[in-house]
Amino acid sequence: MYDFNYRKASSVEDAVSAVTGAEDGRFLAGGMTIIPTIKQRLANPSDLVDLAGVGGLTGISVSGNTVEIGGMARHAEVNASSEVAAAIPALARLAGGIGDPQVRNRGTIGGSIANNDPAADYPAAVVGLGATVRTNRREIAGDDFFTGMFETALEPGELVTGVSFPVPSKAAYMKFPNPASRYAIVGVFVAATSGGPRVAVTGAGPCVFRVAEMEQALAGNFAPEAVADIKIGDDDLNSDIHASAEYRAHLVTVMAKRAVAQANG
Amino acid sequence: MTSTVSMTVNGKQVSAECEGRTLLVQYLREKLALTGTHVGCDTSQCGACVVHVDGISVKSCTMLAHQAEGCDVVTIEGLADGDTLHPMQEAFRENHALQCGFCTPGMVMSAIDMVNRHDTLDEKTVRHQLEGNLCRCTGYHNIVKAILAAHPVMKGTA
Ligand SMILES: Cc1cc2nc3c(=O)[nH]c(=O)nc-3n(C[C@H](O)[C@H](O)[C@H](O)COP(=O)(O)OP(=O)(O)OC[C@H]3O[C@@H](n4cnc5c(N)ncnc54)[C@H](O)[C@@H]3O)c2cc1C
Ligand code: FES
Ligand code: FES
Repeated sequence: MYDFNYRKASSVEDAVSAVTGAEDGRFLAGGMTIIPTIKQRLANPSDLVDLAGVGGLTGISVSGNTVEIGGMARHAEVNASSEVAAAIPALARLAGGIGDPQVRNRGTIGGSIANNDPAADYPAAVVGLGATVRTNRREIAGDDFFTGMFETALEPGELVTGVSFPVPSKAAYMKFPNPASRYAIVGVFVAATSGGPRVAVTGAGPCVFRVAEMEQALAGNFAPEAVADIKIGDDDLNSDIHASAEYRAHLVTVMAKRAVAQANG
Repeated sequence: MTSTVSMTVNGKQVSAECEGRTLLVQYLREKLALTGTHVGCDTSQCGACVVHVDGISVKSCTMLAHQAEGCDVVTIEGLADGDTLHPMQEAFRENHALQCGFCTPGMVMSAIDMVNRHDTLDEKTVRHQLEGNLCRCTGYHNIVKAILAAHPVMKGTA
């Protein structure tokens, strides 16, 4: 593991200026992705700027029809929040299915979405609920945030301060986890929102995506049968040692069906 | 570049010089000679390195020593009271929950955190909550039994 300078930021401004002022500065949140990446020598930052002491980035609150989650909220906190469980139970459950207890005790929502691993869980909720990502500079619609494999709309030095999730009338997330890492081989988030049904798929492709055909079918009939015969093409899906593209395409339909059934309770 | 990192480990105030990259597990094993905390995989998968930081279980191979500055850290060495084992250690002994023992420190630390977080536990929950800890020897069966046995003892309901 190459060495780097460790810095603890005291505020959002301090963190941003430390990262932008460094030769190759990176924010450090839970460290559950960046530390293993540096160990593997896949990243070699000059400076890590710890967000753990920055005020205003933690906390979870529900007001009216919105769940606000701070960028540094740990997966375990979202999972254990009775407010989240009451407003969007699918979101609390999703957080409780990430990795393992120790990963959930450290990992954060800001780190997860900034990293945009193709097999990460949170991107499915951000897109599936039509959430808004807040940064130190602006608000970014969930649909525009994830731009490609490990790519997001974030600019250099832009910091995720929180995510606001509109409360759906119902929602569920179903994942087929990799049995070793628990990352999603395929995960499907479905929601009945004020703007109509949304279906977001993670794990299957290079980046989270929506399935318009399923959304249209669910608009007519929000029932598992509505999506049971909708197959997605496997041309742009991932193939690796864990699953072929063809199998992933199959799993999208199966997970979508199960998610709709669970959303209907 | 090195600088001093201070924290409380098993009730004692400690300080040591660290690089930015010094991991918490290196701090414990190499600076403090507390070698009960193990490194199994060094890739955040196996849980042999689990310790408690401010009462919460973490993988110490995936946390920088600097991140634990000022924290209260408890390792496997901090559990027993003299010759009296912690109820979780005692339950592991009673239930033959170890063979080679390599995974055991992390198992015990994760198990204690699990009991602290759950008013009730059943086999399914224990297995799910152990997802961050790998054992190459036991097949988990006796580990699950030990945790279920320690739960009422730790909660004072035995
Ligand atoms: C064994 C294991 C299993 C896992 N399983 C799963 C799983 O099943 N599902 C899943 O979704 N994830 C899984 N993860 C990943 C985990 O959820 C990570 O916590 C997450 O991807 C990164 O969050 P972090 O807070 O640890 O970020 P860090 O590792 O600290 O940072 C990750 C990246 O995001 C940047 N960053 C961090 N915070 C911000 C911010 N607020 N604004 C802008 N940029 C920021 C950092 O600079 C860095 O580039 C797993 C990880 C491990 C080690
Ligand atoms: S050594 Fe830390 S998880 Fe394996
Ligand atoms: S007892 Fe040998 S690895 Fe668990």
